[in-house]
Amino acid sequence: MNLLKILATLSLLVSVCVVCGGSISAQQIGNPTAQQGVLPPRGTYAIRNARIVTVSGPDIENGTVVIRDGKIEAVGTSVNVPAGAQTIDGHGLSVYPGMIDAGTNMGLVEVPQGANGTVDLAEVGDLNPNAKAIIAVNPYSAHVAVTRVEGVTNTVTAPAGGLISGQAALINLLGTSSKEMAVVPYAALVINYPRVAGGGGGFGGFQQQPANLSETLEANARELDRIRKLLRDAEAYGRAQDAYAKDRSLPRPDQNVVLEPLVPYVRGERPVIFRADREAEIRGAIRFAEEMKLKPIILGGDDAWKVASLLKEKDVPVILTGVFSLPLREDDFYDTLYENPAKLQQAGVRFCISTGDAGAEVRNLPLYAGMAAAYGLSKTDALKSVTLYPAQIMNVADRLGSIDVGKMANLVVTDGDLLEIRTHIRYLFIDGRPVVLSSRHTELNDAFKNRR
Amino acid sequence: MRVTKSLLLSVFICVTSVAQAQRVTPEETLIRNATVLTITHGTLQNTDVLLRNGKIAGIGKNLNASANARIIDGTGKYVMPGIIDCHSHSMLDTINEGTLSVTSMVRTADVLNTTDVDLYRELAGGVTTLNLLHGSANPIGGLNTVVKIKYGRPASEFIFPGAMPGIKFALGENVKRSSTPNTPGVQRRYPNTRMGVEETIRDAFIRARDYKRAWDEYRANAGKDKNLVPPRRDLQLEPLVEVLEGKRYVHAHCYVVSEILMLINLADEFGFKVKTFQHALEGYKVAKEIAAHGAGASIFADSWAYKIEAYDAIPYNAAIMTRAGVVVSMNSDSDERARRLNIEAAKAMHWGDLTEEQALRLITINPAIQLGIQDRVGSIEVGKDADIAIWNGHPFSVYSRVDTTFIDGAVYFDRQQDLARRADLAKERAALEQADPNKPAAQGQSPQSPRRRRPSHEDDTIEGDQP
Repeated sequence: MNLLKILATLSLLVSVCVVCGGSISAQQIGNPTAQQGVLPPRGTYAIRNARIVTVSGPDIENGTVVIRDGKIEAVGTSVNVPAGAQTIDGHGLSVYPGMIDAGTNMGLVEVPQGANGTVDLAEVGDLNPNAKAIIAVNPYSAHVAVTRVEGVTNTVTAPAGGLISGQAALINLLGTSSKEMAVVPYAALVINYPRVAGGGGGFGGFQQQPANLSETLEANARELDRIRKLLRDAEAYGRAQDAYAKDRSLPRPDQNVVLEPLVPYVRGERPVIFRADREAEIRGAIRFAEEMKLKPIILGGDDAWKVASLLKEKDVPVILTGVFSLPLREDDFYDTLYENPAKLQQAGVRFCISTGDAGAEVRNLPLYAGMAAAYGLSKTDALKSVTLYPAQIMNVADRLGSIDVGKMANLVVTDGDLLEIRTHIRYLFIDGRPVVLSSRHTELNDAFKNRR
Repeated sequence: MRVTKSLLLSVFICVTSVAQAQRVTPEETLIRNATVLTITHGTLQNTDVLLRNGKIAGIGKNLNASANARIIDGTGKYVMPGIIDCHSHSMLDTINEGTLSVTSMVRTADVLNTTDVDLYRELAGGVTTLNLLHGSANPIGGLNTVVKIKYGRPASEFIFPGAMPGIKFALGENVKRSSTPNTPGVQRRYPNTRMGVEETIRDAFIRARDYKRAWDEYRANAGKDKNLVPPRRDLQLEPLVEVLEGKRYVHAHCYVVSEILMLINLADEFGFKVKTFQHALEGYKVAKEIAAHGAGASIFADSWAYKIEAYDAIPYNAAIMTRAGVVVSMNSDSDERARRLNIEAAKAMHWGDLTEEQALRLITINPAIQLGIQDRVGSIEVGKDADIAIWNGHPFSVYSRVDTTFIDGAVYFDRQQDLARRADLAKERAALEQADPNKPAAQGQSPQSPRRRRPSHEDDTIEGDQP
């Protein structure tokens, strides 16, 4: 049956290719919500006799979690299971909050190389605050189901490229439309702080090494000036719009599609994510955010350990994407980036751990946190760094990141430690909906594993 | 002049750190009371392992060592064979000779860079042996080199003695130059399709067969006829003759079903074996055909969708092929990923439910078999090379890390020694920064930062297109 289904979908894929002249668009293979055409139902569910890892408080042995209408209704050892609830016997299992990766491009890229039609990542030009990830997120991307069945229930999905890349969305990895997926549709503005040097690894880093540091710094200052000018314009734009709203006798200011979306960010009402890895970039981003009165978050943060005291002093959180990256410099210690989270934790800096990946690698998020724990971070903090900490940094800890009454029921039921490789996910709830643990990968496995 | 001096200084830094990396080898090391993952003979609890003269000299309880032996308390620790990475480009100063479609005349052994710091980072992940492959820019690429990561030693000591010679083949998008833009006025290199890839390899083997015939005839008749002229040596065809004679392993980069079956059929026709299908992301779809040919597969654990030919990749690949009887290894193709191949192997337990032993084999004895070094490394057995790593927990736990890595009984990585050296290195660095050539100029341009000698290799997505 599965094989037939896949073959049918594959032949559809082929015919689509022919029609589109070779470009492959995202297909709904492996996305059960798409196959059913509707979301799985919210209802009343109870997971009983399980170890409940609340993350916000102590673990509860032999506890029960009750889910109703999308929310966590009750948690504890002496919880009444409502009549009519569907129950899961959690004996020997553990319940965790779903993991959150705060630094991805999930749903914006299907195949990055050789299939440009599947890439909605970076707009033309340098200043694109009007590019909104939530517009382009593809609910039928195979990456969505492939990722969630490994326990990652939420991502921050960010556009890339240019100086101001656009606005990131915080989404549930479940939904038949981007609207259904959206938790925070406009979660943050994304700014690429001008780079002082190429990255540590890759041929790009080799070729892009600036010929001259002084020239690079001057060029960076010019780029920063372009961002500054746009943000100042947005402040003025916001003031003019406010003035007109109060006094309609004033001349009506023109609407501006570029400046308008910047207003809540320049007013500090929403966070600004600065992509910054090197020490000079991180310091520059903090300085710039202070000057412009922005609410900064650092994304990347390979050198954050060097800037820990400043990050702590200014209370700037960091989304660390480099735990698995090669160290930036040849003479960095071999474990510099493995240890980065532990050093920030010791310094009291707010941080979370992310894969920093476009999509395919996001399911490995627990391994990034586990590696940090192998190099000094406590296991408790490692777990928090992919659950509660990203929720706090993205200002959604009232809804996500731990198992507490009233929060959105994004829950993962496992047969072991959530961060361990050999652990399997047994049940998954997103937004209180039970999610079938199938994906493009499980379906291809089912189709071929018994081929003789 | 300034630039030259600072470059010299940076070379100096490198040389000193390399010098410190090499340590005096104790004649003997005795690891006591550890959990030993032998790979071929199960897991042994509370067991001693004795390393002597570069070999594993004993495995058992209450082993005795000489008075000057280094004793390591292995209580709570795990001993496993050094990890073997069957697809690496570490320490290669260049990866692709991409100008021709058949470059069997070039050798990775000619471009070994022993100062590549990523080698040290790989040692710190318990890796001891690498299969250094030519890139995937052409249907028939250059010759590979199998090395032990003897970081700090001369290049000649890296070469793995007795490893089977090999050659890189490549099929699919990289060979077709799918991601290489057309240059106006420049004709694209042949081939441009998977059809042309087949034709290119077929043509090369037809020429190699003729060349072999010419030499065979010459050798048969040279004794009888003193005036016979030997055929002209052909450096391109010689390695292919070795393939035909079974003296050189073919490691073929591939992705999709059509090209895997194509190469199997072509190899059967010409009478040689493909030793490994590298990557083989769709190998699970033709596992029985790969097994029937007798080929191995060296794959990624779970990379997928980075290009069209990788869109059907699934993380169950290792399990499906293993169950079909294919010898499978888990490789890195990345200086980054090479540092955590233990995690990559463990993924085969998560996806596809391989047993712990099956999963451990993916990074130890299986790649050893694929490189023809299974009598030397890949398991912990008496008489094998003392290439092992001591882990502070089970290597399949994400919370574990390497304490010490040995090659031929000598320590090439030790976490405690690494930590102990850091204060001195910081001092040395500070002193160098204060040195005259490294001070910023009073005016004008600041000094140029030294370039990295060799960029890290990240993954296959760019392997085919870079020089």
